[in-house]
Formats: sequence, C-alpha cells, structure tokens
Amino acid sequence: MARTIVPIGPYHPLQEEPEFFTLTVEGETVVAVDVEVGYNHRGIEKLSEMKTFDQSTFVIERICGICSTSHPFAYTRAVEDIISMEVPERAKYIRTVIAEGERIHSHLLWLGLAGHFLGYNTVYMWAWKLREEILDAMEILSGNRNNYAMFKPGGVRRDIKADDIPVVIKKIDSIVPTMIMLKKAVIDDPVLGARTKGVGILSKEDSIRYSALGPTARASGVARDVRKDSSYGAYDKVEWDMIVTSNGDVFDKLVVRVLEIFESIKIMKECLRSLPKGEIDSKIKNIPPGEGIGCVEAPRGECFHYVRSDGTNRPVRHKVRAPTFMNLPTYKATVVGQTISDATIIFAAIDPCYCCTERIAVRNGKGKKLYNGEDLIRLSQEKTEKIRGGLK
Amino acid sequence: MKRGDVLENINQRFKEEIIDVIDKSSTRVYIEIKPCSLVKVAKYVFEELGARFNIASGLDVRSHMEILYHFIFEEINLLISFRVKLDRAKPEIDSLTPIFEAANWIEREIYEMLGVKFKGHPDLRKLFLSDDWPDGVHPLRCDYKEWDRKAIRDRGV
Amino acid sequence: MSVKLKALLKSPWVFHISTGSCNNCDIEVLDCLTPRFDIERFGILLAGSIKHADLLLVTGSGNRKSMEIVKKLYEQAPKPCLVVAIGECALSRGMFIHSYNCPVPVDKVIPVDVYIPGCPPKPEAIIAGLVKLIEKVKGTLKKKGK
Repeated sequence: MARTIVPIGPYHPLQEEPEFFTLTVEGETVVAVDVEVGYNHRGIEKLSEMKTFDQSTFVIERICGICSTSHPFAYTRAVEDIISMEVPERAKYIRTVIAEGERIHSHLLWLGLAGHFLGYNTVYMWAWKLREEILDAMEILSGNRNNYAMFKPGGVRRDIKADDIPVVIKKIDSIVPTMIMLKKAVIDDPVLGARTKGVGILSKEDSIRYSALGPTARASGVARDVRKDSSYGAYDKVEWDMIVTSNGDVFDKLVVRVLEIFESIKIMKECLRSLPKGEIDSKIKNIPPGEGIGCVEAPRGECFHYVRSDGTNRPVRHKVRAPTFMNLPTYKATVVGQTISDATIIFAAIDPCYCCTERIAVRNGKGKKLYNGEDLIRLSQEKTEKIRGGLK
Repeated sequence: MKRGDVLENINQRFKEEIIDVIDKSSTRVYIEIKPCSLVKVAKYVFEELGARFNIASGLDVRSHMEILYHFIFEEINLLISFRVKLDRAKPEIDSLTPIFEAANWIEREIYEMLGVKFKGHPDLRKLFLSDDWPDGVHPLRCDYKEWDRKAIRDRGV
Repeated sequence: MSVKLKALLKSPWVFHISTGSCNNCDIEVLDCLTPRFDIERFGILLAGSIKHADLLLVTGSGNRKSMEIVKKLYEQAPKPCLVVAIGECALSRGMFIHSYNCPVPVDKVIPVDVYIPGCPPKPEAIIAGLVKLIEKVKGTLKKKGK
C-alpha cells in the first residue's frame, strides 16, 4: 500500500507548545512517527548560569507555566543537596500544599483537553470550571494564579496566614461533589471507554525501556513515584495512596489522573490542617563548592535538576530534565499501528496535549488532498459520534 | 538488594575501570569511570541491577568536558552518577542508545549543546536549535560568544 | 478598507501563536473561553486556522525557530489582521532578553497593535486588552471619517 506522510506542526488550533510531528501512514494506520522539537527552546540552562542562586528560581519557574512549582521545587532541593541541609518543617508543609494544588489544576486541565479532543466539550467545560476554584485557592495562598514564586533555596518566600486556611479548605471542598460526578461521567461512560480502552497501549517492558515517568508509567503497571520512592516535603507525614493500573492504554492514564486528583485533595487538606508552627526560611548564607541533585514528582512525572556550584554566588552548570523529555519518545511505541483518528488522543495521553496543527497536508497516491488542523480533531470527534450513534 | 550490595557489586566487577568514588550521602553516590568502559557499566547497571536511566548531563569545565550519567535505584532510593571526563579538543564517547531508547534524545541534546560526538548513535542530528544555527557553535560551552550580529539585547528604554 | 475593519470588530475571530512561551499565557487565553470568563458570548471565537482569523494573539519570547514560521503565518493571514502581544515575553522578552535563542522581540518581526503586560496576564486583563483594541480601531475609524 502507498505510504503517505502527514506533517503535523508546528502550530495547531489548540494551545500548548508548538511541536512538529511527521506521521507516516498506510491508509489509515500509522506506521512511523517522528517528532521535532525546539520551537520553545529558550536556553534556560544558560540563562540560569548568568543569575545568582536566588534569582534563578524565577527563571526556573518560567520553564513551564503549568509546572511552575515542580521546577523551582526540584531546583531548591538540588541546591539544598549541595549544602546537605533540611528545610524547616513549616516550609516543607507549605511546599507540599503548593505542589499538590498545582497537581490538581494540571490534571484537571489535561482532563478537559482530553475531553475536547474526543468531542466531549462538556467534560472540557466542567473540568476547567472546577480548575478555576483551585486557581482561586492558589491565589489566596500565594497571590497569583499561576507563577507562585513561593520557593527559594532554604525555605519559602511567603507564609500561609492562619485566617486563609479555612477559606482555602472550603474552596477545595467545594469541588469534591462535582469531581465525583465528573469521575462517574468519565469512567463509566461507554463511548469514552470505546474510544480510549485498548488504544495506544504502552506495555510495561516498553515503559521501562523508554524510562517513562509519572502517570504514563503508573498506568503501565510500573509503580514509580518520587513522592513514595524518595519521600520529600511532607509526603511521608500524611496518608495517601499511589495509583497504579496495569493496562497502559489511554483509558488507564485517564483513570490514574482522575484518581490522583482525589489523593491530592486529601494531601492538601491534611497538610493545611496540620501545618506546624515555626520558621519558614533557614536563611542560607553561602553555597559551598559541590554538586547536588533534586528530584520531584511533577504532575507529568519525575522532574530532575542537577546543579553544580564552585563557591561563587552563581551556578556553574544547571541541568534541567522535564518529565516530558522522557515521555515524548514513547510515541514510537504507542502511536505505531493505531489509526490516524486515534493519534490525537494518544499524543494527548502523556499530557503535552499536542494534537494537531493548522497546516496538515495529506497526500496520497491518487492525488493531492489537503486537510487543515481542525480536520484532525474533526476526524476524532466524528469517530466518537459514530460510536455514540451505534450505541443508541 | 541493599545499598551496600549494589555498591559492592559495581566495585567488584569494575575494579579496573573505576577511577574515583565519592560517597556524598545516603542517597547520592558519584563514581568516576574510564570513558572506554561506559557501555559495559551502563549495560550492567541497567539490565542486571535494574536501575532506571534518569538522564545524562554534560558540562564544560575549562580544563575538560564531563558527562554525568544518572541512574536511580527506586526500591532503595539510591542515585548513582557515573562521571566520565573527556578531552575538550576532541570530545567523543560511545552511545548508549543501542542499549536503551531513553538515551536517544539526551545524546542529541548534548551533541548540539556541547559538541560531544556519540559513536554509534543511530540518528545524531540537532534537537532544539534551528537549521540556520552555525556549525561548530555550541551554546553551553564556556567560551560561547554571541554570533548573531542582528540580535537586539537592549530594551530600548 | 474601513468597511473590512468595521466588519472585523463585530465578531473578531482569534488565532493563537506561541513563539516559545512557558504555556502560562496560552493557558490563560484558553481560560478566557471557559465558563468563568466565557469570551465567546462577545462573539470572540478561537479559529482553527490563520486563514479564518482576524486577530493574532502572540505569546512568547520570539524563539529563533518559531519566529520564521510566525513570519510565514502572518503573510498567510487575510488583511486587515490585527496583532495582540500577550505577556511580558512577547512585549520585551522579559527575563529571556539575554537568551541565545531569542534574538529579536516579536514586534520587530510583525507589527503589533496592542500590548497586554503581565506574567501571565489574568484573563480579565486579556479581555480588557481586546476591548481596548476594538476601541482603538474604532477611534481611528472616526478620525478617518472626518
């Protein structure tokens, strides 16, 4: 059969970063995939070397707007690893609260976008409406909706006021009933099941071979979570469960994320209730020569920072490894063999939400046929409609 | 497997290849090895000891190049970083991509950022930088200078 | 020209481009479409292709690789096409000004009509910015009428 190349990229009608995919298809089946990145490269590792240890946190925060807590968290842990120090107890709890708030809003964001790609705009609107409540809570705690600027080497910048705690807990509690309703609507839905079950399977072996991280690995049955493996912050002081499923398809990734939202709500509330008293900053004087590594479980997986210091006030080298860097190449294992209308949701399943672009050209042997980016979403949404029609 | 066993195993097996061991803390160990033995060590650690390849980080110290390969043992919470030192004039090392797919992208990144050549990499091309980026200019080297005459670096205020 | 511009203001369709941003501005743009802010009730709709768009929302610090494509995209856009720069990065590149991969700001490559500052700007600020843009164009329309 004639092979067709489908370029997807780099700009698409949805949000998120530009990415360029090249899908090679035979009829409707994808046989090969290649990813080209670099449309977002800003040279942050080099910039971080120009700034002092304290200033770096602000640059690091802007690596990713959705992970704007995980990166500073990993970076501050790396700097603290150079000094071999522990932060004050209260700072640990505040860090955990902020990190879990971020996880809730990130997972809700993904759930909404996944619903949109499948033609379920109701899920999209509900999830994003719930997300606003969490963002409000974060605004009360930190003063901004997204870039919180709460972290600094040695502690946190701002304290949580005692008056704010009941307000925030009430805000978080308010999303729980709707979240339970949404969970039922998503997990028990037969159409959604038909679109996601058995689609884009990442086997346990592949998951290990690609070193997949976070929900992508946990959905394949690899119990891998930095919060449990090498506990940091206040995660060892509160009760919570690691969610692991075994099938590795898109549905399991969805289930892992939805259930993790409930765990995060549990951790966040528990931490706010049992916030210990004391200092929030251990006031680091100077950073000795040496090297340190910080690992943190970001919403998408393990976030890794390596910092080397030579005794001056600037890092000599700062290496950042975001979770998507390891998860993205798993496309080679998941997309191949699937139909092109499923490619959208498989690309979205690891949570970078690249689905399609404004310039798609499908050329086959019979002549030229041009699709734009919307058509790929349309293909995906039409498939859902077909299944839905069949069920009635 | 306990922490001591893992370190003992590596020490026993690669007595010749290990140059230096820094036991920094209970969770962090840095081991310097000879560049020629990297593939052997990585294969053993990944396949037989069951560690996860975390990432590699390359850095340019003025006297030489360094690449650190970080492996994590999740069950015992131990992170071992294998350090190789390369000649700055002609940095070359064997690729790990044939052993595990996870090393593919990071080797491409180090190749373009520091100019380290990975022998045996199936697809060594640029990852992040644009096509008009000049050859032989590596932004993370410490002697990097601005090459683009058109770049504007003041805010105009 | 003026008829075209006038028609554009009734229900401007927007297309969004990220030129190396951290996603925050992009997410806030998307947030404007969701129930809390619901910008669609004013007739502002996110278009799937640049060829359908009247407004271009640009975020990000002008990455070397993506600015080439932004230039091409702007050429493809049907004119008149208004450009809105969202966020500190698109305005002045913010803290990325010394980055080796962000050589020129967005407004040196394509003409920008309205700047919305903030890191990230709140959805309210984005809506206010779009209202200002419409007012600005209406103001110029009046001047031309005189």
